[in-house]
Amino acid sequence: MYFESLSDFIAMGGHAKYVWSSYLIALFIFILNLVLPVMARQRFFNNQSRRLRRETSARNVKIENEGHDASGS
Amino acid sequence: MWTWFYRLGSPKWFYGISGRWLPWFLCAAMVLLVTGSVWGLAFAPQDYQQGNSFRIIYIHVPTAFLAQSCYFIMAVCGAIGLIWKMKLSDMVAKSCAPIGASFTFLALVTGAIWGKPTWGTWWVWDARLTSMLVLLFLYLGVIALQSAISDRNQAAKASAVLSLVGLVNIPIIKYSVEWWNTLHQPASFSVVAKPTMPIEMWMPLLIMVIGLYCFFAALLVMRIRVEILEREWRTEWVKALIKKR
Repeated sequence: MYFESLSDFIAMGGHAKYVWSSYLIALFIFILNLVLPVMARQRFFNNQSRRLRRETSARNVKIENEGHDASGS
Repeated sequence: MWTWFYRLGSPKWFYGISGRWLPWFLCAAMVLLVTGSVWGLAFAPQDYQQGNSFRIIYIHVPTAFLAQSCYFIMAVCGAIGLIWKMKLSDMVAKSCAPIGASFTFLALVTGAIWGKPTWGTWWVWDARLTSMLVLLFLYLGVIALQSAISDRNQAAKASAVLSLVGLVNIPIIKYSVEWWNTLHQPASFSVVAKPTMPIEMWMPLLIMVIGLYCFFAALLVMRIRVEILEREWRTEWVKALIKKR
């Protein structure tokens, strides 16, 4: 450990605001970079599974209607 | 050799194999970045001129490094996409742009924060800083082109041309500190020369650079995988993936 105490470490020899703000901004941007593709992936799967469900239910309704028509005539 | 090249071009194959790589890249990045920053922040000795503000180097230099590597990858993949019409290559180029832009932005911001206590100013119109700003605008240009053109192939073509033209900027950034008389200090990292810093300062920097490369690889793979899904949503294997969830 280079610093004598924890408060020394946080003070960074008077340069605390420069050092810590850089590291915080970096952390923020790294996390943002991780979260964005995860969210995009989630969105893709949500949208697509909704679309698939809609399509299958539409197809089922169609089949049902056709069946009904056939028996009616 | 060519079957390997063709397989690499297959999005489905890439999706499968990259899913296995991803956790390793993420783990390696995590371990290296945490080790590097703890070492750099708490254990490395302070600079005799700049004091503790020099510890910003452990963020600033790796991100600036990656910003340029990422641009290079984007331009090369754009060229491959232009010449061989390889779809996957277009997707890599597209995925590079936002990551590279964020790293360039980070390098500029940490540079400004570092400049304040060291040079007494946030910003100077110096060759290194200005060429880095141009790099940010090139990235933003590619992102804008990608979102403005709705046809994927046209968008890939346009942004590949832009990134190839902008490639000129990379050697300008690299040699700006040698060609012009600037405030920016010369390169702290070189493959051939012996490091000018003591080893206790230099080791954490090396760890951070390698860690950030792993992190970049993970981010790139994550973005490419989403891009593959969005382009291949009509195919049976993607439909099977959606149903499995």
